[in-house]
Amino acid sequence: MSEKREKYKEVAYYPGCALEGSGHAYNRSTKALGKKLGLKLKEVENWNCCGAMEVKNIDPKIQTYLSSRVMSIAANKMNMDVVMAPCNGCYHNLKKAEYDLANDQKSVDVVDKISKKAGHETYKSGQVETIHALDWVKETIGEEGLKERVKNSLDGVKIANYYGCMYTRPRHIFPEKDAGAGSESTSKPHFMDDLLEAAGAENVDFPLKTACCGGAHTLSDCDTSTKLVANILQAAEAAGAEVIATECPTCHSGLEMHQIRAEKTMGLKTSVKIIYFTQLLGMALGLKPKAVGLHENISDSFDFVKTKGLA
Amino acid sequence: MPIHEKSLIRPENLQVHEKLEVEGVDVSGHWSTFIESRVVTDYNEAMEDEIAALPGGEYIHRCWQCGSCTNSCTVHALNPDFNPRYWIYLIRMGMESELLRDKEIIWQCVSCNKCTYACPRDVVPEGVMKATSHWLELKGHTPKSHSMIFDEIFSEQVFKTGKIEDGRTVRRFFKRTGQALRQPWLEEMVKRLLRNLPIGMLTRMGMANFITPKTKGWSGARDAIEEYVAEQESHHRQALRLDDLVEAARKEL
Ligand code: SF4
Ligand code: SF4
Repeated sequence: MSEKREKYKEVAYYPGCALEGSGHAYNRSTKALGKKLGLKLKEVENWNCCGAMEVKNIDPKIQTYLSSRVMSIAANKMNMDVVMAPCNGCYHNLKKAEYDLANDQKSVDVVDKISKKAGHETYKSGQVETIHALDWVKETIGEEGLKERVKNSLDGVKIANYYGCMYTRPRHIFPEKDAGAGSESTSKPHFMDDLLEAAGAENVDFPLKTACCGGAHTLSDCDTSTKLVANILQAAEAAGAEVIATECPTCHSGLEMHQIRAEKTMGLKTSVKIIYFTQLLGMALGLKPKAVGLHENISDSFDFVKTKGLA
Repeated sequence: MPIHEKSLIRPENLQVHEKLEVEGVDVSGHWSTFIESRVVTDYNEAMEDEIAALPGGEYIHRCWQCGSCTNSCTVHALNPDFNPRYWIYLIRMGMESELLRDKEIIWQCVSCNKCTYACPRDVVPEGVMKATSHWLELKGHTPKSHSMIFDEIFSEQVFKTGKIEDGRTVRRFFKRTGQALRQPWLEEMVKRLLRNLPIGMLTRMGMANFITPKTKGWSGARDAIEEYVAEQESHHRQALRLDDLVEAARKEL
């Protein structure tokens, strides 16, 4: 625990493409939160896309290469041993690449061949550890540390914690999960619950924590995605939640988009707010809503955070 | 014989007699439902090997038909016809025409990996779904799905520049699939997004449309990736004997 506490205080930061576009609020709030907590983020120099959910369908080994290049820069150019990726897609792909490069010789050969032609050092499994923004806050500051720092308690905010698919599945690429006391669970993840609860929130019992929002087909099969999102929104409201806390830009914008689409095409109106956990924690620590990018969300939560005394 | 689980059987294979008497007993309607007997003669013995040769399909041979994939499947919950376990069975048996009846929905797998999580045999059914939709397209059974078109536009941009700009990808996708970009729900979404954004940010976002984000010094990686992808494509063509197919079609003409 304390070993990780020191190790994660300064990490290579891999925002990824979504955080420069539709997920900018997550980028802004992650950086603001880090600054507030005294944690150092060194952005991976000249990074590239990890392959997201699309490149693997063209060729999985290219996805492995793309992700390995990011880790190679962190390790070989920046001398870092931890990469922190707040996006579930990036986090998942880097983990998957790490797993494949440790276990599959063919992947190692393809990555080596492309890396040489591309003119950079080949990434070798084990050079860096990839963590999620949740691990980062949980291990460095933890529940106790958050409790000490809370300025505006999330007291009275009812939250459904939504983790989506890529944070826990498939299990084998996350060997550190399901590893006994203190570790994250792949069937019932709780790191986000723990952090928000420490900041005063009331977590509701939410059965769809790891359900799928249809993010992979958010535009190419809109109707399926809208139905899946509608399930999640309705289940959250039925569980008594006022807010769905998110930790992935694809899930977040998928929920926001299809909340609107469900209203327009299915006549299903839901009022549950969709807010990144970094935005919630930031406001709890006293940051202003704009400092955590609340204005960059599609859904409007300004009035809501005001009534909860967070603005 | 009455068959209660009629939903499990395709309607065209059910036979119901409105009026039927057997040895003096009236078994009309519900009490005389029969399943048509079928004879399968058109096995495609190469199908499993062909799908196994495509990325994601490698482990299909491990399946022992437990059904955990279908049981846990996100899309199955919305549409009972979406049935990974059954498709894996058909592929392994070589029952191509039976599989083709579901060809319009196989691509709808949302890659949630619930099946991969549940599968006791490490088949990676998610991969098999991708390989199967790919196979259907390569063999000309289905046109490219919207999902495949999206993957291609996205990957083209990554291969070329190293990065993605989501606005551009979305616009290209709508253009290539012939859909209008001005859909009421998209407009509503943009309206809501703009409500809270300051003017300075809007200009920044507008600018982003003209400046493509790029990874510096990417050309080496681009060439190496494109070379690898071309190599793989030719392997797949060979594995699926696509050139033979084209040749045969040409001769028929
Ligand atoms: S869960 Fe695995 S073994 Fe079971 S039917 Fe599905 S693919 Fe086959
Ligand atoms: S990955 Fe595809 S096949 Fe597997 S459970 Fe999800 S939707 Fe179903």
